[in-house]
Amino acid sequence: MKLTDAQIERYSRQLILPNIGGKGQEKILNAKVLVIGAGGLGSPASLYLASAGVGKIGIVDSDKVEVNNLQRQIVHSTSTVGKPKVDSAKERLNAINPEIEIVPFNLRLTSANIMDIIKDYDIVVDGSDNFPTRFLVNDACVLAKKPLSHGGIFRFDGQAITILPGESACYRCLFPEPPPPGLVPSCQEAGILGVVAGIIGTIQANEVLKYILKTGDLLTGRLLVFNALDSSFRQVKVPKDPNCPVCGKNPTVTELIDYEQFCQVKPRSAAGGSDG
Amino acid sequence: MSDAVPNEVLNLENIACPNNFVRTKLKLEEMETGQTLEVILDDGEPIRNVPRAVKEEGHEILKAEKIDNKWKILIKKI
Ligand SMILES: [Zn+2]
Repeated sequence: MKLTDAQIERYSRQLILPNIGGKGQEKILNAKVLVIGAGGLGSPASLYLASAGVGKIGIVDSDKVEVNNLQRQIVHSTSTVGKPKVDSAKERLNAINPEIEIVPFNLRLTSANIMDIIKDYDIVVDGSDNFPTRFLVNDACVLAKKPLSHGGIFRFDGQAITILPGESACYRCLFPEPPPPGLVPSCQEAGILGVVAGIIGTIQANEVLKYILKTGDLLTGRLLVFNALDSSFRQVKVPKDPNCPVCGKNPTVTELIDYEQFCQVKPRSAAGGSDG
Repeated sequence: MSDAVPNEVLNLENIACPNNFVRTKLKLEEMETGQTLEVILDDGEPIRNVPRAVKEEGHEILKAEKIDNKWKILIKKI
């Protein structure tokens, strides 16, 4: 594969980087990334991945764009309100970079369809806003040995961790089970500052690019915690838990579970799964 | 060895920074260690920037000569 003049022009500022160059750009162009949720996290993540030239980006979301999304879900526009989020995102991402393939999945992930969807991708970005999807994605990625970038946002806080199944701690090593319904407020109840989603989603895009390029150190075995009010980043070590229900020595989760959705505010819409 | 015919030649006249360096870098990536690349550069910014960036990537500048208002530099891929 040889870069065209147009590609050299488009990617010149990253081709210059010692860790990328022509060979690294070829890896990016050949990469396949699945973004779960075209919301607050999936927006910046997919924008940067598309801009960098990731050759194939799958996007999963069952929701339609609403005006109240636009404060943080920056891949969408006022003009795409009412459209399926995956179509709105595809439009914007291909407007930035027409040479990449965007695959829209206008559906809700379940135990029945997730394995078939993730199998075609090199790495998964979880930008979902609810615990059932988050646990489903973690378990599916662990069982399929698919690398996963987790991101979570809540009010002024954000967190991210990268999971290499079998090698580093998974989401269940951190949180073995979903919290009981009603205990945790949903994103809609909690509120979220748009820039927090932007920062965490961008960190997820960075993790994906480092994974594709095999350069730098991934956020594996450590949870990055960001607070917007004091502009602080902390890192918490997360060892692999030998008793983890899905990636431990004697796993109890050996098949996928559809946990019940418990968002009280907007049950139908929130079930779709994007961001916060 | 610097008088020998270079393995590759790249004419980067009228190509601005940093695209002249990008082209040089991509060409060097395709070449074998020890091979030489002759690059034609404009005077001014290009001749100030490209050889420095090439050295930062670990390659060797064997020669740089000014011909009229152009520069001919010879790079050895390391
Ligand atoms: Zn685990």
